[in-house]
Amino acid sequence: MPSFQRFNLPDAGEGLTEADIVTWSVAVGDTVEVNQPIVEIETAKSLVELPSPYSGVVTQLLVAEGDTVEVGAPILEVDVDPDGEPAAPSEPVQVADAVAEPAAASPSAVAAPVAPSQATPVPEPAPASAESEGSGAVLVGYGVKAGNATRRERREGSLDPIGGAEAAGQYPVLAKPPVRKLAKELGVDLTTITPSGPGGLVTREDVEQQVKATAAQTLATYPEDDQPWLASGTTTRDGRSTRVPVKSVRKRTAEAMVQSAFTAPHVTEFLTVDVTETMNLVARLKQDRDFADVRVTPLLIVAKALLLAVRRHPEVNAAWDEQAQEIVYKHYVNLGIAASTPRGLVVPNIKDAHRLPLHALALELQDLTAEARNGSTSPRAMSDGTITITNVGALGIDTGTPILNPGEAAILAFGSIRQQPWVHEGEIAVRWVTQLALSFDHRLVDGELGARVLADVGRVMNDPSQGLVWA
Amino acid sequence: MTAGGPLSTEGLVQLLTPAGERIGHEQFDPHTAHLTPDDLRAFWRDMTLTRAFDMEATSLQRQGELGLWVQSWGQEGAQIGSGHALNGQDWVFPSYREHGVALTREVDLVEVLRIFRGLQHGAWDPADHRFHLYTLVIGSHALHATGYAMGMAKDGMVATGDPERDGAVVAYFGDGATSQGDVAEALTFASVYDAPIVFFVQNNQYAISEQATRQSRVPIADRGKGVGIPSVRVDGNDVLASHAVTRWALEHARSGAGPVLIEAFTYRRGAHTTSDDPTRYRSKAEEQLWAERDPIARLEAYLTAAGELSDDYRTGVDAEAKALCERTRATVRGWTRADTRGMFDHVYAEPHALVDAERSWFERYERSFADTEVPR
Repeated sequence: MPSFQRFNLPDAGEGLTEADIVTWSVAVGDTVEVNQPIVEIETAKSLVELPSPYSGVVTQLLVAEGDTVEVGAPILEVDVDPDGEPAAPSEPVQVADAVAEPAAASPSAVAAPVAPSQATPVPEPAPASAESEGSGAVLVGYGVKAGNATRRERREGSLDPIGGAEAAGQYPVLAKPPVRKLAKELGVDLTTITPSGPGGLVTREDVEQQVKATAAQTLATYPEDDQPWLASGTTTRDGRSTRVPVKSVRKRTAEAMVQSAFTAPHVTEFLTVDVTETMNLVARLKQDRDFADVRVTPLLIVAKALLLAVRRHPEVNAAWDEQAQEIVYKHYVNLGIAASTPRGLVVPNIKDAHRLPLHALALELQDLTAEARNGSTSPRAMSDGTITITNVGALGIDTGTPILNPGEAAILAFGSIRQQPWVHEGEIAVRWVTQLALSFDHRLVDGELGARVLADVGRVMNDPSQGLVWA
Repeated sequence: MTAGGPLSTEGLVQLLTPAGERIGHEQFDPHTAHLTPDDLRAFWRDMTLTRAFDMEATSLQRQGELGLWVQSWGQEGAQIGSGHALNGQDWVFPSYREHGVALTREVDLVEVLRIFRGLQHGAWDPADHRFHLYTLVIGSHALHATGYAMGMAKDGMVATGDPERDGAVVAYFGDGATSQGDVAEALTFASVYDAPIVFFVQNNQYAISEQATRQSRVPIADRGKGVGIPSVRVDGNDVLASHAVTRWALEHARSGAGPVLIEAFTYRRGAHTTSDDPTRYRSKAEEQLWAERDPIARLEAYLTAAGELSDDYRTGVDAEAKALCERTRATVRGWTRADTRGMFDHVYAEPHALVDAERSWFERYERSFADTEVPR
């Protein structure tokens, strides 16, 4: 009786998932011998000639030239007993069906006769990611990323873990250490994930997918509050935190602050000043026709005061060169102004501010602020600063202990200006008062120098006419 | 080929030309004097059987019956020649391509395939054949072999003058392995301890796709000079020369004179493994050149010219080869799922609590699969 055997596409390499049929060298009706070459296939690794495992007469070619066939799918049918008694012809199999139903890829399945009554093997659908990786180039001996192997079906019931460490009824989750770490960080329970990796391995993508699926879950900081207030980042599975990668301005700020705070020994000195005269000057300038095109603020006067102080004490306008073991004294002042922007904190500076008359300085300040506000501050504007002012007063704050902009030796914090009872000319009067704080790098600026600089700023703020004397 | 490099043919000991003509060699001719025509025919038979088996195994891999196969095609001369120089006391530490040597140690070649079907790490008792299990880690066994040789010396199995007692070790590895630290360490230990060991390097010219010129600037045999080990370069496609040189080296080692390094210059005619595609790194012309230097054809030409290879003998060997292939095919197809419990059996010589616990857990794990009792 005719006896039909099918040849399933083998894995000709190690861990291949599919191959292209290049050329059939036999046709239906041909007699074939064992090990006679029957078909040439192209795998991700090489062109390979497959030899027939059976001798007999070819009864069906189940795939066509040019087809891409999954490993394990039948490609050829041979009648290994053509001289036997005739029997009902075997069920013809459509090519497409054959491809769509890969049989088990285990070696023993290859030799097993295909009978309709045979239990359907358990095909493990290849994960979506495998399709893109399956045909990629593969190093000899390394296989492909996603396995094509069919997985053995498990019985129902439990299996005690060997160490008893895992809960009964659970087989330990398979995942590589970095993936476990990621899952822990993201608060993902690995046992809740359906693995997509080879051999039931939970992959990084699985974990990320799980997080994405649950990202929209509650951010219930307050009852009835389920609207995420953070646009970016990843919500942890428990919905109790959001993780945002540190990028761009935030990252640069962090690096600059760490570098500065942990290399330059900071000293901060404070001075409380009666700035009523400065406020009067600002009011006058606002009325001045020459200043009609520009916004005059107390910050302008502070900037001028600092420039005057630097002129009297140029040693404060300097930098520490650790590598060269030198102090670099700058003969120019690029005056930095710390600015809060939509992108984060930036410190653009006014180039050669020491040469600018008050009106030009006001214009530069205005431009700088406008650029910072609309996020168009150029990298050049942020480089090569020599000394900086941070206007904490704009936020209603009295003062602070600012951290130096890296590469500079001093930074002036300018607090809020408020009316306070103040002893003026021997009597208590309501005066405009502010606090100034100067942080400096004690490696090159001693307390005395710092004090003199701060005192000079204060003196000009207290009595702007002093500027006439020092200018 | 760089003159004087690892692919040079200078200084190769050769007793048979590629055309099969016998040429004389002062030092090594005496080591062929014991060979009868029967012995030479046996060489030819063993090479033929090894190749037939190799081809059958390659087909079986292509048919999905084996996960991987490592061809010995083209290296039969070096393997059969050296294998037949071994005595009953000698020990062999092979790498993974030494199917010909396995045959000379009377290992049933079919059993070798259990490794390549993923059923077992090794299917023969090494002590029965004095042929260690295949080592897949490149070069690591050079150290095991050296240690074993040092042990044989300590056990008084060397330099007694008793041919029934004296033995040595042969470690087989390839040109690629010579770049491994393990091999360098093994050479050093063997040298300074005068270990009775022969390092038999089959320089098949490729470490997978990397040519031997990437392993060495000089012939691999020259490695011996640096550590004070006498070395010989032999034409590995000349079964007679391979035999004579190995016989000399083994006598040297068994006599207590210390190690020898043999470089058998040969060519891997097949792929590195069935997962490799050699057309990506070598030319058809090169393959053709080496097809013309084939070791089997060479001995065949010599025996035929000498009138020592009768048609009857040929027919007999062909039938034997066919039977071996048919038995191989039938046996491999008959193999079912591995008895995985066996993997716990040889971890420790004595019973061991942890291994027992792991074995019983693993049995329960295996039973948790639906197909466990389903015959396949």
